[in-house]
Amino acid sequence: MVVDLGLRKGHIQEFEGRDTHVGGTGLASLLYDKFGLFHEPWDHPDQPFILATGPLTGLFPLMSKTVSAFRSPYHDQYTESHAGGRSALAIRYSGLDAIVITGRAERLTCVVIGQGRLEFKDADYLRDFDVLKTGKIVRSMLSSSRGHRSILRIGPAGERLSSFACVNADTYRHFGRMGAGAVWGAKNLKALAILGGDGPLIHASREFRDLYRSIHDMVTTKEMLKKYHDLGTPANLKKLNELKSLPWRNLQQTSSPEIDSISGERFAESYLLRNMACAGCPVGCVHIGYVREKFKQDHRYFFRQVAYDYEPIFAVGTMLEVTDPADTLRIMDEVEKVGLDVMSTGVALAWATEALEKGIITLEETMEPLSFGDGSAYIKAVWHLGLGANRFYSLLAKGTMAAAKEYGGEDFACVLGQEMAGYATGEVFFASQSNSFRHSHLDAGAYSYDQKHAERDLQAALDFLIQDECKRTLLNSMVVCLFARAVYTDEVLADCLDAAGFQEISRSMDSLGKDITGYRWQTRFRTGYEPGTVKIPRRFLEIETWKGKIDEPFLERLRSAYANRLKELYSE
Amino acid sequence: MKKLVASRMERCIGCHACSMACSMHVYRSLSWLSAGIRIRSTGGLSTGFEASHCMACMEAPCSSACPTGALEKRKGGGVRVKRDLCIGCGDCAPACPINAIYLDHDSRPYICIHCGRCVDYCPHDCLELVEVK
Repeated sequence: MVVDLGLRKGHIQEFEGRDTHVGGTGLASLLYDKFGLFHEPWDHPDQPFILATGPLTGLFPLMSKTVSAFRSPYHDQYTESHAGGRSALAIRYSGLDAIVITGRAERLTCVVIGQGRLEFKDADYLRDFDVLKTGKIVRSMLSSSRGHRSILRIGPAGERLSSFACVNADTYRHFGRMGAGAVWGAKNLKALAILGGDGPLIHASREFRDLYRSIHDMVTTKEMLKKYHDLGTPANLKKLNELKSLPWRNLQQTSSPEIDSISGERFAESYLLRNMACAGCPVGCVHIGYVREKFKQDHRYFFRQVAYDYEPIFAVGTMLEVTDPADTLRIMDEVEKVGLDVMSTGVALAWATEALEKGIITLEETMEPLSFGDGSAYIKAVWHLGLGANRFYSLLAKGTMAAAKEYGGEDFACVLGQEMAGYATGEVFFASQSNSFRHSHLDAGAYSYDQKHAERDLQAALDFLIQDECKRTLLNSMVVCLFARAVYTDEVLADCLDAAGFQEISRSMDSLGKDITGYRWQTRFRTGYEPGTVKIPRRFLEIETWKGKIDEPFLERLRSAYANRLKELYSE
Repeated sequence: MKKLVASRMERCIGCHACSMACSMHVYRSLSWLSAGIRIRSTGGLSTGFEASHCMACMEAPCSSACPTGALEKRKGGGVRVKRDLCIGCGDCAPACPINAIYLDHDSRPYICIHCGRCVDYCPHDCLELVEVK
């Protein structure tokens, strides 16, 4: 479905390419090729915002994620951001593979797609409404498909075009990074509701049912997935702290004796309220924390339900040295409401705190007396950042480096192409995030590789980064949630594709991973990316992990070699 | 005779595995809606989930509303669905007092037949088959 916000019209378009581009990541790059403007900036009204699912979406367990693709306000280049929630199944069961949104609406708008509807609802009255409130109101606008629809929406930060504003997906998940929220803000798109119906009837043969059952059993019993079902990703906090690979206090430290206050165990023990799942996933890794707030003296309370995970706890917990879980949950809740990416927010505020400490900025810039550990100041700062309350915060909302270039302090701006993910595991991760496609810890398992390899073998690391990306690209074309990557081996994936009638794809899986990786890189290169241009700030070179001090020459050689290899392999 | 009861919905995580199991095993299709059990939030994801399914009432007004005898009253409550007799008139759905019948775009009904295929798929044991008293 291609939607034009300016004309308030849409149409269904069909494309060739299932066997070459598959879906998800591959489909997204195909659609950007068709609809994207390569020589215009990210906020040109005709730039497309793409949501893509894959051939297996909604057919098997954990085929539960959607790939979004767009030209990013952060670096003005092609990027992707992935999310779960109900988006994938809603798109699949509305009978679509993908949605492309072009144009700019004249007024703030909410779009409804699915169940025989395509509507453009004026939503001026939703201006500046926070993400949670927006969700409630959009729900009340729509009477149909309760429980089988996805509501994507932005907060005030997206409306104000912050380069790391996110798109919230069904309250507890996000198209988090690279500023999708600002793309929507520039289009005057406040919310998109996708109504999933029963979709086209798919015949479930005996072979199919048996395969579904066996995969369902694997994902609900396999050891690797148990961790997500149990403590969730926060199980990694203690582990990484022990490995001296957990960023604390703007990466001044890589471990702390305070870890037990803020570990996954602590959260589960005292703050975990309940669990939830993305539609189509029986693992249910969403962990919702609970904090109650007294708002009046005579025992008047409200409560917050806040989804927490490893990255948010790193970003607004350890990175800010806030060790009270209740405080981190409060900060996360405010970040959620204003509609910012929590990872970038934490790293940005950590930099601002150190900059204030060092005197390169003053209270005039920060408006709050930011100091490591002081949750209440950060709660307020999150809103200053999201609303661009003054010149300093407007700049900071464009990216930590943008602010550091102006005020100084680039050395300790923890940015590797994008604000760092929560892993100070070593050279392979730093080289990876700084060059990789999404500047994300998820492009390749580099942080995991670091934890298993003390030897500094350049060739082996390089080969790993390249091959792992290709494997993940294939999964991200189906679209599999990467938490299930150990279950969806090539063999299992081939069985699924065969059972669903995609024999062509199952036959060419090997080459498809590489080919699609190539397509998406070429798309990014065409929008101006030059691998190797991101330099690694000094702070990353000063840390110590379980392997010892960072090996600066090795890091530089790896960073440079990786950049060259990407150019060699994927340039046209 | 048994019937399906969603006894522990306070544990539900909204994964829809039960719906997928029913649509696959009973209706030979695959969907989160064309199934005898369907999961909805009770008012946004922050408020928990409810399961919509036939509660095996003895009266079975859906059966009375059906003009072709496609819904046969079942001992123990609820109905047996004879799909080859169904003409897709859609009269059964509005007859159900708890909106437990789902109609697809061809007006074919999807009704829980209390077979229990979904019970095993729930990762949190929210569902069970209980003996009808």
